[in-house]
Amino acid sequence: MSALLMADITVFVLAVLVGFEVISKVPATLHTPLMSGANAIHGIVIVGVMLLAATTNSLAGYVVVFVAAAFAAMNVTGGYVVTDRMLTMFRTGRKARS
Amino acid sequence: MSGFDTTVHLVYLACASCFVIGLHLMNAPATARRGNQVSAAGMGVAVLATVAVLVHGGQITAGAVVALAAGVAAGGVAGLVAARRVQMTAMPQLVSLFNAVGGGAAALIALGDALGHATALITTVLDLVIGALTLSGSLVASGKLAGLIPGRPLIVPGGRWITLLLALATVTLAGLHLTGRGGVAALGGIAVAALAAGVLLTLPIGGADMPVVISLLNACTGTAVAMAGFIVGSSPLIIAGALVGAAGAILTQLMATAMNRSIGSILAGGYGTGDESPAAVGGAPVREITAEDAALQLAYAKKVVVVPGYGLAAAQAQHEVVALARALAERGVHVSYGIHPVAGRMPGHMNVLLAEADAPYEQLKDLEEINPAFPGTDIVLVVGANDVTNPAARRPGNAVSGMPILDVDRARGVIVIKRSLGHGYAGIDNELYALPNTSMLFADAKRGLGALLTGLREYAPQ
Repeated sequence: MSALLMADITVFVLAVLVGFEVISKVPATLHTPLMSGANAIHGIVIVGVMLLAATTNSLAGYVVVFVAAAFAAMNVTGGYVVTDRMLTMFRTGRKARS
Repeated sequence: MSGFDTTVHLVYLACASCFVIGLHLMNAPATARRGNQVSAAGMGVAVLATVAVLVHGGQITAGAVVALAAGVAAGGVAGLVAARRVQMTAMPQLVSLFNAVGGGAAALIALGDALGHATALITTVLDLVIGALTLSGSLVASGKLAGLIPGRPLIVPGGRWITLLLALATVTLAGLHLTGRGGVAALGGIAVAALAAGVLLTLPIGGADMPVVISLLNACTGTAVAMAGFIVGSSPLIIAGALVGAAGAILTQLMATAMNRSIGSILAGGYGTGDESPAAVGGAPVREITAEDAALQLAYAKKVVVVPGYGLAAAQAQHEVVALARALAERGVHVSYGIHPVAGRMPGHMNVLLAEADAPYEQLKDLEEINPAFPGTDIVLVVGANDVTNPAARRPGNAVSGMPILDVDRARGVIVIKRSLGHGYAGIDNELYALPNTSMLFADAKRGLGALLTGLREYAPQ
């Protein structure tokens, strides 16, 4: 097992633990925006698609890159925008009366 | 490691930190929006850094650049338009759709990587299985919430056996691939099997359990993305994917607990067969009330608590309920909303809906805050909520035992707007409906609230 893989596995395990800690403190009212926000974060897959594109040089590969890029871009832009819309409502609903 | 590589690595680390900090800021309503913006900024920087990597590497072919740019443009515009235009009531299915395409992208990374390389990795198989399963499962979940697929549990004859066969096929093909004999064809077979399994696993689950399922699938996508990170050797993917995997797992657990359901029994499916209509609750008769009478009772009450539930979200009646509450408040009635953690179609969904309809923030009370207030409440108006108000939860030995409930039955009077006496997803009678101080107004949430508002204006003018 290479040193690089070991480092990646270490990062993975620690990130899982960080995720548990960060999430366990969120109140129920924010669960839907949180789910949506987390959903946007896994839009990071777009970086993976870009790195994949760098090593692609066949027609079949291009088709895969195109579809994957469309999927990932939809996930990341839509995810952040819809989360922001939800959270704007929380804030205006509150500000209007304070 | 060159200076460029070091810089990129540090930038990626900063981006990953932004995701953690962003999620942390989403803990509190006051900082939640900033948290999402921090996370989005991190995402933007990560994408820019990757553009720099591609330019610096200089290996990317013109064809790949075109495919990438066209895909990003198409997907970006589609996501933006959908997110901007969606009605807030339709938001859960949109989140599920975004989750589906995220899983699909992760699965395609596994396929695309296998097209270009001969190395067989266990992470390729895991990414493909989880990503493809999430893609089809989330699409089915989205379709169920949107009403395109019937929300009731759809039992596929022999579905369990088919799923088992698909799992066996996947393991066999994975073995072939990992020993270098299957090639891309084996991976294609795995993808097809995982897609089919996603559909078979989600179809038997009832619409009311969908939020938990979407949360679980969200966690799965995170895990698939982390696996994709192993494939392309990118730490931001591993970190963000693992974060979301853990987040989704915790959220799923919280949601299942609030509904007093175990994740295992949710996945087993068949629960929540929709609106059957027993004539009475456990043989006891219920009292019906007309909209006019109900409006009068509300108009002359001092203190009213509105308990909105799944039925209100499904009927998209959030504007009607807020209009009614406002009309009552104008008459001097003290109005608040009692919101159960799992009211609506997702935890916290009800707060989003009511905020959209401009309900005053300070009128929204959660379970712990509102329960002590019920004994001093004149009328509780229950709109489309069922199991979360069932007093049977305080007794052991039934399907809702131990579930945290709103103590609606302790108020002086209860008016329930509901389409029928049908069961909630726990599938048992709600004893609240048979109590002497409860009256039933049989109507769809939107129509019932509209009738109450009309009745209020007609029979109790100020």
